[in-house]
Amino acid sequence: MQWDIVIGLEIHVQLATQTKIFSGSSTAYGAEPNTQANAVDLAMPGTLPVPNEQAFRYAVMFGLATNAEIGRRSVFERKNYFYPDLPKGYQTTQLAQPIVGPGYVDIDLADGSTKRVRIHHAHLEEDAGKSLHEDYHGMSGIDLNRAGTPLIEVVTEPDMNSADEAVAFAKKLHSLVTSLGICDGDMSQGSMRFDVNISLKPKGSDTLGTRTETKNLNSFRFMEQAIAHEVERQMDILEDGGRIVQETRLYNGDRDESRSMRTKEEANDYRYFPCPDLLPVEIDDAFIEDARARLPELPDARKARFKEQYGLNDYDAGVLSGDAKLSAFFEETVEHGKDAKLAANWIQGEFSARLNADEKSVAEAPISGAQLGALVTRIADNTVSSAGAKKVFEALWSGDNDDVDAIIDAKGLKQVSDTGALEAMVDEVLAGMPDQVAQYQNEEDPKKRKKMLGGFMGPLMKASKGQGNPKLFNEILVRKLGG
Amino acid sequence: MSISREDIEKVAVLARIKVDGEQVSALEKDLGNILDLVDQLSAADTDSVEPMAHPLDAVQQLRPDVVTETNQREAFQAIAPATEDGLYLVPKVIE
Repeated sequence: MQWDIVIGLEIHVQLATQTKIFSGSSTAYGAEPNTQANAVDLAMPGTLPVPNEQAFRYAVMFGLATNAEIGRRSVFERKNYFYPDLPKGYQTTQLAQPIVGPGYVDIDLADGSTKRVRIHHAHLEEDAGKSLHEDYHGMSGIDLNRAGTPLIEVVTEPDMNSADEAVAFAKKLHSLVTSLGICDGDMSQGSMRFDVNISLKPKGSDTLGTRTETKNLNSFRFMEQAIAHEVERQMDILEDGGRIVQETRLYNGDRDESRSMRTKEEANDYRYFPCPDLLPVEIDDAFIEDARARLPELPDARKARFKEQYGLNDYDAGVLSGDAKLSAFFEETVEHGKDAKLAANWIQGEFSARLNADEKSVAEAPISGAQLGALVTRIADNTVSSAGAKKVFEALWSGDNDDVDAIIDAKGLKQVSDTGALEAMVDEVLAGMPDQVAQYQNEEDPKKRKKMLGGFMGPLMKASKGQGNPKLFNEILVRKLGG
Repeated sequence: MSISREDIEKVAVLARIKVDGEQVSALEKDLGNILDLVDQLSAADTDSVEPMAHPLDAVQQLRPDVVTETNQREAFQAIAPATEDGLYLVPKVIE
């Protein structure tokens, strides 16, 4: 039987505010346990929450960037459950009146088409603390530094029909929130976490199947694997005539396994009610217009501009515009290196390869866009060959020297482009290879001729100590040998 | 309106309150009375009344995003039953 896959996502996005959503405690990552957990965060009796304006501003910016209605009046509710990393015994969140209403994001698919994924709503809420289950004399350790960190939870409609589409949406959302500067996008630190709702239905059917939710995926790769795994699990059950149980599942990426966490019957009854400690928040036109004025260039607009301004093709423009930091690096490179296509190739080639190999982010790269730009300039004006440029790049990366021209001089990588000097070398080499010259001149097939031309390049590069400009050598050779 | 024993037991579990059999019978009556009162309220015509999120006719003030809290871990952990390595220790719970 053929099946349609139906996927909806819930994404927790940690907002890059300085302080928590309801208190003036710092949200800086990596502090000593519980040094950023104060009276409000610990739910001490008598404390009251006061919402962070910046969290609302960031949520409104997200809403504007996803073509959404902004909730002019939003209300916080209490979601009640007991867990040690939730000191209040409830999570303060939004339900019926969220800050961001229905919107959408368009994603680019591999076949070149575009697909619209609708967003049901996005709401503001607080994060919980962290439980450490290593053994503390049979007890668990609780770190509440993260408790109260502002999140927006983005809930999509079930508009995605494959793992590829879900990952494309997740990447687009990542690109959007990092470009907006409302989230640092660092997935390894949990800045974005994905819950995936998956169901199957017979191909073409209008009735949705029973869905399962796989929680807390924190990388695009795990998300892709978890979806593939769950689709296969459901397909096996359905094809054996079984029934899918509505449940929450946990996926273990290291082992490619999943297990049931709780079924619908055991589902938490959260007994939501409006939080009496917080008044409704009203957002006026001035606040919205201020947020709109803060919107930077968004990835779609940047991609279009890269194509228009730098003449990049669709693929290059897509890769270079997706990540805000990579985009800025590219533009700095072009500013210093002029040749945009060459800059694009070097960033997607050597530069990205080295980042991956060293497991570094763009921000951590040991070379600047200005340095790469200077190198691009020297490649474009034929001062260095591409092989020589790789040596310069290596020296920049390892920090041996930070000046491109100084490296070229020190390593003797400057190409000889003086035509007179090169012609003299060609004459000398050809004089020493009369048989090959005759063979070449007797050959009629242009393809074979081209191949034979290569036979002269080795001795020429040797004669020039590797510094002759290969392009010019080639031109001179063709001319001297008579076409 | 009546409330079943099962409902009472479920709500007690959710609220982490221990109730024994005898108490459930008493609660059946008490909670039933409260629900009857709510039923009476429900009889009022509220079609033209907007649902209220808060009894005060006021809106929330927001706070600028500036760090105002300092580290007071020592003071807070002095009243915790168990701590180690800066962590609060609790009975092991794994969901």
